[in-house]
Amino acid sequence: MYEGVVQDLIDELGRLPGIGPKGAQRIAFHLLAADPVDVRRLAEVLLQVKEKMRFCEVCGNVAEEERCRICRDTRRDPSVLCVVEEPKDVVAIERTREFRGRYHVLGGAISPIEGIGPDDLRVRELMERLADGAVQEVILATDPNLEGEATATYLARMLSPLGLRVTRLASGLPVGGDLEYADEVTLGRAFEGRRLLDA
Amino acid sequence: MYIAHLSLTDFRNYAGVELPLEPGVTVFVGQNGQGKTNLVEAVGYLATLGSHRVPNDGPLVRSGATRSIVRGDVVRDGRHALIEIEITPGRSNRARLNRAPVSRTRDVLGVLRTVLFAPEDLALVKGDPDTRRRFLDELLVARTPRLAGVRQDYERVLRQRNTLLKTAAQASAGALRTLDAWDAHLARLGGELLAARLATVEVLQPLVAKAYAHVSPAQEEARIDYRSGVELGDATTAAALADKLTDALAERRSDELRRGVSLVGPHRDDLLLSLGEFPAKGYASHGESWSMALAVRLAAYDLLCGDGGEPVLILDDVFAELDSARRSRLATLVAGAEQVLVTAAVPEDVPPQLTGVRHVVAEGEVRRVG
Ligand SMILES: Nc1ncnc2c1ncn2[C@@H]1O[C@H](COP(=O)(O)OP(=O)(O)OP(=O)(O)O)[C@@H](O)[C@H]1O
Ligand SMILES: [Mg+2]
Ligand SMILES: [Zn+2]
Repeated sequence: MYEGVVQDLIDELGRLPGIGPKGAQRIAFHLLAADPVDVRRLAEVLLQVKEKMRFCEVCGNVAEEERCRICRDTRRDPSVLCVVEEPKDVVAIERTREFRGRYHVLGGAISPIEGIGPDDLRVRELMERLADGAVQEVILATDPNLEGEATATYLARMLSPLGLRVTRLASGLPVGGDLEYADEVTLGRAFEGRRLLDA
Repeated sequence: MYIAHLSLTDFRNYAGVELPLEPGVTVFVGQNGQGKTNLVEAVGYLATLGSHRVPNDGPLVRSGATRSIVRGDVVRDGRHALIEIEITPGRSNRARLNRAPVSRTRDVLGVLRTVLFAPEDLALVKGDPDTRRRFLDELLVARTPRLAGVRQDYERVLRQRNTLLKTAAQASAGALRTLDAWDAHLARLGGELLAARLATVEVLQPLVAKAYAHVSPAQEEARIDYRSGVELGDATTAAALADKLTDALAERRSDELRRGVSLVGPHRDDLLLSLGEFPAKGYASHGESWSMALAVRLAAYDLLCGDGGEPVLILDDVFAELDSARRSRLATLVAGAEQVLVTAAVPEDVPPQLTGVRHVVAEGEVRRVG
């Protein structure tokens, strides 16, 4: 145990995903030794991210306003909807410049082991978005791993009575990985070669 | 293929060992508990990413250390490949191939192939079905490394599905509807696994009969057959087998929900080993059981030789278990292999056909003596 607030900092950092006790200690001592200006800037963005950012009411992506930049952009094609697990997948797909439609962020994938079922994802919101018939194609771009595939299978079956075009990204993505790890060219090709799912 | 060099850091009782190896026969002798099996266990780990003795990696790390490193220089058709694996229990292992990190550890599977004979093999005949399934699945992966991913995903589907079934009573209607999605993937992956298993057993069958006849002449014929809990009919392709699994899943759905566990799929299957008209388990004598276990391993060796890349043969302490006739027949069968690694506590147990390099193993040190 360290004296005073240093231990509090280590404890707080240790609570963050991907940071173990050793990493938390290293970051804490790095901050202790760092230039006060840098530390102040870090503290400010930490506060701002909570004050200014929220999740888009329509698609679930991170947004500075009620609706995110993509949902506000009238040039985006409202007839194609790309369903992804996380906001970082939106960033990865945007990088390819292959896709001009809109997104729907689920907030994860189905995984009973982690206690995540469809009610914990933004599935109901997805169904509501599709109700008005404006969307003609839904691209299921969940991760190319088991949980992502199972989520895609589940959604494809939910969507099949709606009579939409339901597609899945072409294989060729690194299997078992995250969408965000695929390079732009591979991901772009996966979009072009997407195939129709028959649920 | 052969291993030209084995290097261990904090593996079992070895703090550090650098061991140059040669093609042909190498015998490790030494008293009980000195580290002979630990050496060949490390070689097997490079090939299968698992120990033949323990189901998880904890016991492999030297007590007091936090991780082990196993390195092997594998020579195949004159080309060298360096496999390095860092074993950290409780975390995923890291691997490098020719000094470049691989994205998934299982990408090194297939570089080194081994067939390991060990006292534990008796369990192939007398033990539980999971021992036989593991034998078969390791053989599939050695033949087709891609199947390691199918096997892993299948295990993961099972865990996900079992968790869902277990909580079915409290689960929401929405969560229960996902069961269909898991079923689809269980059937898809299970169909692929089944197709590979059936194809492998089919080519293994005559080889087992042949090997048993060599090890134990003038006895009944040995057979190996696949026993599935699901009626497979004459389906052999992954797609047709997946359809069979889908039907069976639909049929057993209410049973599964009631019992909270997956009752359908290749994880419930078994290999039936028989001698003449009787199953070996429960009928064969101790010596016959040993011959059967040897025959199954020899058949695996034969199979791997046949489809590209003769595996390294490892005989851990097996001669001590055999009578002198079986000993010398086994020795004759394996003497011509490209590389054979033999361990024995009693040097006299090693048949004279197996001459070659000799090392003495004592207290985690290896010393060449001939
Ligand atoms: N994780 C570990 N750390 C340190 N020592 C270990 C570890 N695991 C096993 N050992 C030691 O290694 C020894 C066993 O080595 P091994 O099984 O290779 O023996 P062996 O030479 O094959 O003996 P036998 O002739 O009885 O088969 C034991 O003394 C055991 O205590
Ligand atoms: Mg031993
Ligand atoms: Zn939005």
